[in-house]
Parts: sequence; C-alpha cells; structure tokens
Amino acid sequence: MSRVLISARGLKIRFGGVIAADGIDLDVLEGENLAIIGPNGAGKTTFLNMATGYLRPQAGTVSFLGRDITALPPRTITRLGIARAFQIPQLFLDQTVLENMLIASSAQTGSMSAFRHLLDLPQRNEVEDLLDLVGVRAFANRKAFELPEGQRKLVDIALALALKPTVLLMDEPTSGVASGEKLGLMDILTSALARQKVSSVFVEHDMDMVERYAHRVAVWSSGKIQVVGPPAEILNNTEVREHVIGI
Amino acid sequence: MSTRLVSRLIIAAATALAAILPLILPSWATLTTLILAKGIVVLGIIILLQAGQVSFGHAMFFGVGAYTIAFWGRYVGAGDLLLFLVLGPMLAMVFGLLIGLFVVRYREIFFGMLNLAFSMVMWSLLEKLYAFTNGADGIRVARPTLAGISFTPEVFQYVLLYLTLGLVLVVSYGVQRYLDSPLGHMLRAIKSNETRLEYLGVSAKRILLIGYVISAFLGGLGGVLVAVAQQIATPEFAYWTKSGEFVFIAILGGTANAAGAFAGAAVFETVRFFASAQLANAWQLILGVVLIVIIMFAPNGLIGLRNRGKAQAEVRP
Repeated sequence: MSRVLISARGLKIRFGGVIAADGIDLDVLEGENLAIIGPNGAGKTTFLNMATGYLRPQAGTVSFLGRDITALPPRTITRLGIARAFQIPQLFLDQTVLENMLIASSAQTGSMSAFRHLLDLPQRNEVEDLLDLVGVRAFANRKAFELPEGQRKLVDIALALALKPTVLLMDEPTSGVASGEKLGLMDILTSALARQKVSSVFVEHDMDMVERYAHRVAVWSSGKIQVVGPPAEILNNTEVREHVIGI
Repeated sequence: MSTRLVSRLIIAAATALAAILPLILPSWATLTTLILAKGIVVLGIIILLQAGQVSFGHAMFFGVGAYTIAFWGRYVGAGDLLLFLVLGPMLAMVFGLLIGLFVVRYREIFFGMLNLAFSMVMWSLLEKLYAFTNGADGIRVARPTLAGISFTPEVFQYVLLYLTLGLVLVVSYGVQRYLDSPLGHMLRAIKSNETRLEYLGVSAKRILLIGYVISAFLGGLGGVLVAVAQQIATPEFAYWTKSGEFVFIAILGGTANAAGAFAGAAVFETVRFFASAQLANAWQLILGVVLIVIIMFAPNGLIGLRNRGKAQAEVRP
C-alpha cells in the first residue's frame, strides 16, 4: 500500500453563513495524481488553502508524513515539501522569468547569499531546464508582467517545481491555457511529476483531463467530499454526472 | 559602446569630479563630503524602497551615528575617526535590529509611521535629556585623529572628503551587489508578491529585517561622517524633517540603483547651498519645484532619465 503523504481529518471552516469545509477527510497517497472536482463554491480552493497553512481550519487537523501541520504558516509547510501552484498565477511581475525561477531555487537550496549575483547561481542550468520542460524557456529573459496569462500559468507551475516538492498542489493548472495546448501541457507535467517522484493534487474542471491524468478523483460538494474513487468509476457515477459534470 | 561601459565611465567621471573639484574650489570640500555622506544614508532608503517600504524615521539611525561620536567625545575623550566609523554604524545596526524586529511586521503606511514614531521618541530623548545631550544646542564634535594622525582644519577637510569618497565607492559596490543577489531579489519580491514569497518557503519578515539592518548601518555611517564634517551633533539629526529629506533625495535621484542616491544628494545639496545663499528662506520653494518637475517628467528620478535613454536605444533597430 502506498504511503500516506497528506492526511486531512475533520476539517471545518465557515465564512459567515457559508460552510466551505464541513468535515473533510482526505488522504493524499505517495505517487498519485489526485483530482479534485466539484462545482464552484464547493470549497476546493479552501481545502488547498487549509492544507498549505493559508487558512486555519476551525476544527480538524492536517498532517504531512505523520506530522501535524495544521497551525504552521505557508512558508514552513512549503519547506517541509508541499508546494503550490495558483489558479491566478502568483509571480514576481517586475522581475524576469529566469529571476523568478532563481529566487524560487535559492529559497529551496537555502543559498541566500547577499553578495553573489542571482544570475550566477550554479542552479541556473537546472531552472532553465525546468522552463524548457513547461515550454516557456523562450520567455526566460522577459519580465513576468509581459507574458500572456497562459504562459504565466506555466511559470507559476515551474516555480513550484523548482522547490523540488514531495507533493504539488495545483489549482486548475490548465485554466487559462489555450484548449489546444492543454493535453500537451498535462502530458509534460504528469510525466515530469512521475520522473521526479512528485505526487500531486489538482483541482480541475475539464473531465477529459481528469479521466486521462488522475489516479483518483475526489468529488466536492458544499464543503463535503461526496465520493472518492478511480476516475472510471467516479465519472460514470450517475449522481456525480448529474450534479458535478452536468450531463 | 555597451551600456555597462557607459555606466562605468559616468561613475568614473563623477568620482573624478568629486575628487578634483574641491581642489580647485576649496569651499566645495565640505559640501562634497556632505553630499557623499548623505548619499550613503539615502542608499539605505533605496534598499527599503526595493521592498516597497518607505521609512519616515530613518534619520534616527543617522542620529545614532552622529551621537556615537558626540557622546564619545563628551564622556570618553578624544577618539580616532577609524574607531568611530566602526562604532557608529555598528551601534546603528544594533538599533536597527531592535527596532526592525517591530517594524518589519508592518507594511506601507504603517511601516512608515511606526518608523516615524520611533524616530520621534529618539528625537525627544535627545531634546529633553538636557543633562546628557545639551538638548537642542547639541554636542560639539572635536576634530578626530585619523589612524592616530591629527590634521589642521584645512587639511582635514580634504582627508575627510577622500575618506568619504573611498567609503562611498566601497558601500555603493556592496549595496549594488546585495541588490543583485538572491537576498536583494527577494527584497524586491516583497514589493511585487509577498504571498508567493512565503509560498516559496521564505520569511518575508526576515528578508526585510536584513535589508532594514543594512540600511540602519548605512544611516549610522552617514551620521558619523556628517557629524565630523559639521563638527556638531544636534537632535535635528534625528528629526522627522531630516528623515523626509532622505526620502526626498531618494525620489529625486531615482531608486533603481545605488547611483541614484548620489545624483539626488548632489542636486539637493547644491540647490540648497546656492538657493539658500541667494534666496535665504525660499530655498525649500526651489527644491519643491525641482521635485515637482522630476515627478512629472522623470518619475524614475535623475538616474531614470539615463535608463530611459538606454531603453530607447535598445528598441532602435
């Protein structure tokens, strides 16, 4: 049996009258790509926020490799090995793509020199390879604000990969990416994750992507997990089809 | 010609000007020293501006540097400039660390105002603890020796000038290296996306604290040099108008790199020197007009004018 990486138990959070998490229990297993699907407002992003320390649940716990991380801030959780890519890309817009990547990489290696030039860091080749991998190498010397949204999204994912995480949490990795490029991107991404032995959780609305790339699917509905299982089973579940996929 | 070469030539020309002009016009020796010393303090402001933070109380570190040498002269006795140049900035760093631990938790207007509050506490203490500080009269600073050698006032003004010029070159190089380093880039990342920085596993507070302590060091260094050049330390050194002056110079010169600090200080002090001689109380008016013109026509400061030329040159086919 695969090792449990992230384990959420009884997570509850409420924003005013909205219950965004109402007893979430979920395990993320080593080596899997876990898809999270569900209608807007079901609490998918809230779960990612709680798992990474951005929001503190009002009840319940999150643990990572057996260690309770519920009360830890995002930076500590990141350092433990949970990286995150955002629905709206979070980049350092005034700096070049390469500088963005090298900032991430020096955060990961802890090479926080005050005297060495950022662009002379030894990991430069490595991050350029990562940019190659997600297909934005050509933009390396452009400032992040100059990039189209889709490319920024890819840089956002590359930043998370530069942290060499154990688990990567992605919030709609293919939203904003041109539809003709989604498959190609997910192919590259999932093979890179497999090669680097990174497990992943991704929130996704595109059921083709879920069917192709997820090992397991968790269906969110009004702050609860309705059902968890392999994609073939979940995507043919009548109730899920009706309420989530809308067929 | 590469832009890098042009930059180096400009720096070399400015250095030569600062070194040679006072030999021809002796009245410029102290003025040039003041320009350079204030530029060092403004470098510290520029560091914090990289993170998008404006300190309206940075004169407190300037005051710490100045009063280090003043108190030494009053309570210990004669001292050597080399000692003061180590002691003043070090004490400013200690203050910077203690105050920094509080202020780096805040951003923008709260950061600016908290700095202002701390500096006003220091100013009040310097004003009110008359028995120790002479209050608003300040403490006279005797001309120190340098490496054990004492100089006549005529020679000393040049000694101080060239020592300051040397320090300017060293700290500018150091600051530029810092701004180009991973730590410097992380400082800029605080301005553009602090959330992402935290999600890279970096403590933004710690990154800002490092920048804050370095900028306090530079404030202390400038304070020692100005107190020696003007032979006095007064509470005015730590007053909020002085803090505002440093921010003013930073905006005037441009905050993109270290050179802006000195370009801004040169224009500021020169305008003040001549305008106050010609127009007595109206010199602030002239400076105000200069700042308005800069903000309207060169929002990136004096140094930005050159960078703008550079950007246009790059676009040209």
